[in-house]
Amino acid sequence: MEWETVIGLEVHVQLSTKSKIFSGASTTFGAEPNTQACAVDLALPGTLPVLNEEAVKSAIKFGLAVNAEICRESVFDRKNYFYPDLPKGYQTSQMDAPIVGAGVLDIQLSDGSSKQVRIHHAHLEEDAGKSLHEGSFDLHGHGMSGIDLNRAGTPLIEIVSEPDMRSAEEAVAYLKKIHSIVTYLGISDGDMSQGSLRCDANVSVRLKGDDTLGTRTETKNLNSFRFIERAIQVETQRQIDVLEDGGKITQETRLYDSERNETRPMRSKEEANDYRYFPCPDLLPVAVDDALIEQLRNNLPELPDSKRTRFENDYGLSVYDADILTAERSIADYFEQTAAAADDAKLAANWITSELMGRLNKEGLAFNQTPVSAAQLGGLIQRIRDNTISGKIAKQVFEALWNGEGSDADAVIEAKGLKQVSDSGELEKMVDDVLAANPDQVEQFQSADDKKRKKMLGFFVGQIMKASQGQANPGMVNQLLNEKLGG
Amino acid sequence: MAVSPSDIEKIAHLARIRIAPDQIDAVADRISDILAMVDQMQAVDTDNVSPMANPHDAVQRLRKDEVSELNQRDRFQTLAPRAEDGLYLVPKVIE
Repeated sequence: MEWETVIGLEVHVQLSTKSKIFSGASTTFGAEPNTQACAVDLALPGTLPVLNEEAVKSAIKFGLAVNAEICRESVFDRKNYFYPDLPKGYQTSQMDAPIVGAGVLDIQLSDGSSKQVRIHHAHLEEDAGKSLHEGSFDLHGHGMSGIDLNRAGTPLIEIVSEPDMRSAEEAVAYLKKIHSIVTYLGISDGDMSQGSLRCDANVSVRLKGDDTLGTRTETKNLNSFRFIERAIQVETQRQIDVLEDGGKITQETRLYDSERNETRPMRSKEEANDYRYFPCPDLLPVAVDDALIEQLRNNLPELPDSKRTRFENDYGLSVYDADILTAERSIADYFEQTAAAADDAKLAANWITSELMGRLNKEGLAFNQTPVSAAQLGGLIQRIRDNTISGKIAKQVFEALWNGEGSDADAVIEAKGLKQVSDSGELEKMVDDVLAANPDQVEQFQSADDKKRKKMLGFFVGQIMKASQGQANPGMVNQLLNEKLGG
Repeated sequence: MAVSPSDIEKIAHLARIRIAPDQIDAVADRISDILAMVDQMQAVDTDNVSPMANPHDAVQRLRKDEVSELNQRDRFQTLAPRAEDGLYLVPKVIE
């Protein structure tokens, strides 16, 4: 039997506003517990929410970026459930009239193809606080949980896709695209390690060719690209195993356990199936007029898709390179600065995608933590282009710049004496020395045919590069050898 | 739909509200009246009426995105039954 996976994602994006969605408390991450939880966030009697203008604008910007209809009069609803980190007893969210309507998103896949994923809607809502189950407060044996409400009331947009994805790879590509769009727009820092982007995956399987959807499960607690991919893979396999054994899938909420790499059902207690949604009487409908929409539309930054196309067309980059270099706005900006400084886009792209990213990856650093600036890398590439240094020496210079051993490539080349030897007199002496030291090879070379000669020339070049510690200009060495050997 | 005095006792217990025993019959009558009114409203044909989110003919005022709240944790935590290390303590919510 051939099975098809059907995936829909709900993505929660924390908006990077200064204050909360309904109160003037700060949203800074990592503050002392409850120092950023004001009377509104604590749901003290008599408090009323007042909506944050920036949160509304951020949601509209996202809507415009995915070509969605913006709701002219959206409504906040109460989603009722009880949990200690939700002091009001309801989450203020949007149900029937969300601010962002249906939209579309193009995703790029590893085989070079692209696919359109429909977005059902996106709505504004508030985040809950955090429950801590381990700490000194529990050591007293009272069985207590600690509640930190700093996060309560942080603005979120929840982006709900249609069930248009067919593999874990597509789901990850979709999520990466959402990540890229919200960070380009500057509406979220997209930092998954701090929970700024979280995802629930609705997964079902069906026999290939079936029109109806299978029963789905919702897997929660997915906060990294890798976990999302693995959770979808194991959940898909679990469902296939159940069905192939003649069983049935139960519609339920499951949790992904990354340590055991499995999903398991949440206890029914944790599930609230009836949220008793109703319009929030404390908040009036949110009116958005055309003037605001047009103003935001006109100020949208260049988004990843158009940047990618521009990089391909203007810089002649491959689809693959353009994809990598536009994944984050900071990478794209870095590339453009490097390309300008180096006056060579292709070399800049190569150095960023191989040397720089490889090194960042190895050190576990994020792109914006690079110790080598775009100006430094651009300057380095300039020196390769004007033959001051070879590509091999350039790697040494890069290493030195990485370690902060010089303000720019020129300083490093000067200090370490890495300048390529292009002095013909000096090079000629090296060539002569090598030829004199290897009379047998010279003889073999002269009696060989053209095809063999080419190979043998490599030997001499190698010897000379070795003698010059990599600093001989390879083009000139070749030329001199050819002259001397009569090739 | 009518509610009985025993329903009232049960709901009062669940809501942690104290109702004096001699008030229970009267409360049951009043809540039954309210439920009767709800029945009456539910009988109205609303097929062609779009839902109204709010009875006021007004839209939401927006707030500038500015931090205006100071840290008042100590004052708030004097209201809480228990607090420690800056955290509000509640009975453990997982096993």
